[in-house]
Amino acid sequence: MNNIMDCIREGSVLLSDGAWGTMLYEKGLKSTECPELWNISNPDKVFQIAKSYVDAGANIIETNSFGGSRMKLDMYELGDRAKEINYAAARISREAAGDDVYVFGSLGPTGKILMMGEVSEEEVYQVFCEQAVALEEGGSDALIVETMMALDEATIAITAAKENTSLPVICTFTFEKTMNNDYRSMMGVSPTDMVSALIDSGATIIGANCGNGIDRMVEIAKEMRKANPSAYLMIQANAGIPEIINGKSYFREGPVEMGAQLHHLIDQNVNIIGGCCGTTPDHIARFSQIITHANS
Amino acid sequence: MTENLRSKYPKMNDILDKLTLCIERGKVDTNATFPSDMIGDPGADELTRQAITQNIPAEEILNKALFKAMKRVGIRFRDNEIFVPEVLMAAKAMSTAMKHLIPFFDQGLISKKGTFIIGTAAGDMHDIGKSLVAMIVEGGGWNTIDLGINVSTQKFLAAIEENPGCSVGISALLTTTMVNMENTVKEIKENYPGINVLVGGAPVTQSFCDDIGADFYSPEPHGALDFLNEQT
Ligand code: B12
Ligand SMILES: [Zn+2]
Repeated sequence: MNNIMDCIREGSVLLSDGAWGTMLYEKGLKSTECPELWNISNPDKVFQIAKSYVDAGANIIETNSFGGSRMKLDMYELGDRAKEINYAAARISREAAGDDVYVFGSLGPTGKILMMGEVSEEEVYQVFCEQAVALEEGGSDALIVETMMALDEATIAITAAKENTSLPVICTFTFEKTMNNDYRSMMGVSPTDMVSALIDSGATIIGANCGNGIDRMVEIAKEMRKANPSAYLMIQANAGIPEIINGKSYFREGPVEMGAQLHHLIDQNVNIIGGCCGTTPDHIARFSQIITHANS
Repeated sequence: MTENLRSKYPKMNDILDKLTLCIERGKVDTNATFPSDMIGDPGADELTRQAITQNIPAEEILNKALFKAMKRVGIRFRDNEIFVPEVLMAAKAMSTAMKHLIPFFDQGLISKKGTFIIGTAAGDMHDIGKSLVAMIVEGGGWNTIDLGINVSTQKFLAAIEENPGCSVGISALLTTTMVNMENTVKEIKENYPGINVLVGGAPVTQSFCDDIGADFYSPEPHGALDFLNEQT
């Protein structure tokens, strides 16, 4: 398999996977259970999700380790198993990916707010270091620090990953549209602010994930592209915010609706495209047709 | 402020205005490095002590500075003029000021508007939205009890039992935990029909609120405070 960065430099658009969290719930994860513990207690089901994205045509799949930092696992009193859980996450995705698909080890926010002094920078660094190393050992090809909202935490995560592994590091933020029609992360960071800060801190690829639907992602991608014409970008849109109808949750954007907007992302020279919450292997299969066509 | 008070405490306006600004901007104390344009200036801590030393009535400090500032914070957050960090810092400055007022509460010179209990629905680990609501409501003069995340129905019921006449807020960010929210609301309504239940969180809507029999929904914290104030 070629180095992922060589692949991106050649100019083809790569397809990543879709949601994990919402897929785990579909498979029976209870809201009181720790999703990452399933890497050990239910590896078959986690493998099925990974494999379903490989079969749908993804070039990249992530790992079930989004909430795998020691600080998040502590909420389930599983902090001491961080290493084992993350290693298992990467092994499962590696096995599903085989030799032709890349594995991006996922690191999510710790859930702690640094500027409030709840935790120190050093503690956060150590926590990301531990997770990053385990994800590399388990067979990840790159690491993705995702759904970030604060520049300080994101920068520490990127630095910890870069200093302690030899893998490329991707970082994506989550933005919401404000009443002033611009985009900000929960902590008030704009896509423009984020682009320059993360490139300075050494991220190889930057981008946005989650949020609220693909139309907004197109606007976010435009802003990032404007802020930096040459950065490598990754966009994983969600299928909107879920609504409950008759006790079942529905995401409003289906494979066709989302697929119809992908060319706008490709026009912005987005290098990696995929889905977030609410997207399924069906979405990714649809994206695969469109991206394969665009690449040819 | 009445003319009477103004002539009695000529500097009162000045201090309370400064304190309002410190709380609104999240300036905790002199040593605080946030916000960067107020480094070295006295903060909520010093100004509250100064106001007390100058015998400005606690009620004035509370109404003309603390609540006034937090109200502005709630409105500016609702209008997307400020974001989560600014609210958190403002709340920190407010609670710093509040510590100095505790003796006045204890002496019965000032009092809270009522008790508001809030928590995240069972199974839900999303903390931030719930905490912001707690801060804004507390900043509006309510005794606020934050039960934290992943709060079971039992825990809500126990807290209500201990605080007769309270209002309850529940936050849910996952569709899976919205179901738990529904159960909690039902149990509360069955056991304590008179208690107001407020619900919120990104996927919660007015129609969901109506369906599960909750009393009030707001997409942002300031709405919750307005609702609570209307009930008194
Ligand atoms: C930050 C975040 C996280 C953080 C939480 C950190 C923390 N300490 O809280 C982390 C990374 C831990 C996390 C974890 C997960 N998350 Co999450 N997360 C989010 C995100 C991006 C933002 C939530 C947030 O904090 N917003 C900022 C606050 C200020 O907004 P808020 O909570 O909505 O609150 C405001 C209002 O709603 C209102 N409000 C809130 N509560 C109340 C209560 C009352 C009474 C009132 C009146 C008002 C009110 O006032 C607040 C201030 O304005 C959302 C996406 C989104 N757009 O909402 C997804 C989202 C909520 N998460 C989602 C998912 C799937 C997950 C995970 C399952 C992922 C996983 N695989 O692990 C886990 C769940 C773990 C669990 N059991 O809870 C999905 C849920 C989808 C679904 N089907 O339900 C969302 C919606 C993303 C999406 N677009 O699909 N997440
Ligand atoms: Zn998502």
